[in-house]
Amino acid sequence: MVALLPSTGAKAQVSPQKRSRTGYFLLLPGMTWLAIFFAIPFVTLFLTSLQAPVAGESGQYVPAFQVSNYPDALMEYWPQFLKSFIYAGIATALALLIAYPLAYFIAFKAGRWRALMLVLVIAPSFASFLLRTYAWKTILADEGFITSFFNALHLLPDDRILNTSIAVIAGLTYNFLPFMILPLYAALEKVDPRLIEASNDLYASAFTTFRKVTWPLSLPGVVAGTLLTFIPATGDYINAELLGSTQDRMIGNIIQTNFIEFRDYPTASALSFVLMAVILVLVFTYIRRAGTEDLV
Amino acid sequence: MRWIRQRLLGVIAVLVLVYLFIPIAVVAVLSFNKPDGKYNISWNQFSIDAWTNLCGVPGVCGSFMVSIRIGVITTIVATILGTMIAFALVRYRFRGRSTTNLLIFLPMTTPEVVMGASLLALFLNLRFPLGETTIIIAHIMFTISFIVVTVKARLQGMDPRLEEAARDLYAGPRATFRYVTFPLVAPGIAGAALLGFSLSFDDFIISFFNAGTVVTFPIYIWGAAQRGIPVQVNALATMVFLAAMVIVLTTQVVSYRRRKALQLPPQALEAALPRS
Repeated sequence: MVALLPSTGAKAQVSPQKRSRTGYFLLLPGMTWLAIFFAIPFVTLFLTSLQAPVAGESGQYVPAFQVSNYPDALMEYWPQFLKSFIYAGIATALALLIAYPLAYFIAFKAGRWRALMLVLVIAPSFASFLLRTYAWKTILADEGFITSFFNALHLLPDDRILNTSIAVIAGLTYNFLPFMILPLYAALEKVDPRLIEASNDLYASAFTTFRKVTWPLSLPGVVAGTLLTFIPATGDYINAELLGSTQDRMIGNIIQTNFIEFRDYPTASALSFVLMAVILVLVFTYIRRAGTEDLV
Repeated sequence: MRWIRQRLLGVIAVLVLVYLFIPIAVVAVLSFNKPDGKYNISWNQFSIDAWTNLCGVPGVCGSFMVSIRIGVITTIVATILGTMIAFALVRYRFRGRSTTNLLIFLPMTTPEVVMGASLLALFLNLRFPLGETTIIIAHIMFTISFIVVTVKARLQGMDPRLEEAARDLYAGPRATFRYVTFPLVAPGIAGAALLGFSLSFDDFIISFFNAGTVVTFPIYIWGAAQRGIPVQVNALATMVFLAAMVIVLTTQVVSYRRRKALQLPPQALEAALPRS
């Protein structure tokens, strides 16, 4: 796996780096923790996904190599998989659209308000995720202002927002917005404003400057933000559960109910493993482009 | 035209920030509500009952304290482990750097439902009893990465010449760390700890998978969402939010003042520091 990754070490000149045993000593406890409780569980998850049920005893499974668990699980739950990717995809696109102007403003125009605005972007995370999601029930209520407004324009297919896929997507967009804003800001902040000035001086229109200068230079942030929004949104089931109807279930809902309520561990594990595989593909595509040194 | 465009951007930026706070305003406003049914969703009547009787509903304060306890233990352990890793990454060369980076990055991009499920698969296979211990293990696991990233950013932002200066003035490695490095990194570590606590305190998905019968504050809210969330929950969440805001804004003001106080002409700093 290491060979796949581009070599790193360009950072070495930034600060003097020592090679000594202390480095390994500092890494050992934390990395051991991650190895045991993050990496190894994927092995057990994979093994669990291949287990076979014990006849007559529900919730009991024996180690096996039942590969058919995968096609069985996918045949049954592919609509929820598809729905998760579509909802998360739309939410990510909306988040990019909403986040870009704010990130741009903080990076180039905020001046002495920059630090405060960044704090305000992170601040909502200090209020309970569940309660903030639940609050959208009030905001999007059937007799509420927003629903009435869109209904007056006859834009809603079901005459309501709550308990539809629109509410789920709205919730996802809202909840993961900071994950889009922060990487975008980090990338835009590195853009030299003189490049934009130069483009303006050369009589490029505002739109051309954006398309040919700002946007390409902010692409690392766009890619990072898209990943950091899309991935948690795909796996989320809180928004689907609190704001959607039973038809809006996402793959997270299925994994959770199969694992905890039905105790169908192999199916739930197989679904988790497929979800993780898809996400790993996305992450590695990103790493192939960006390298690992800027990941953390 | 240009003037309008610049103002327009500012207006949009402020609107997006307002949008981020709308649900929090709803939570806070509804903490002063007296709901007319079991669901505290629409405004009915002003009341401060929830604020004067925060523990009035059984289970609310108990679960709140469970989350505080889990959060504190998680924060202490994860901050120590994460800070050590951050130092190693910035200050030392070692084999397996890419693997290390990857193992730190992946927990931040893995969906919580996958982490929760895989950890539960591990505990089930080991027949390890679920409870507060397993929640804390899980929380430490997923907060370490965020702490590494935060502390590492602070370490990298440090001027290496400050430490060189200390060494030039015959400070040993220990004294350099104690009097120069640590005080400079401390705000980063404190920020990381705050982030770690808020991640742990607010986590629902991973906790729910590995909780067994333990009820944390988010798990309480999840259960209550079906039968109606007590107003007290809104009051407690508003309190937590305000407390966090006070801490964050205070540190912002303090660091702003400090930077102002330290504003020497750059030449003075250049002259005082060794050439690198």
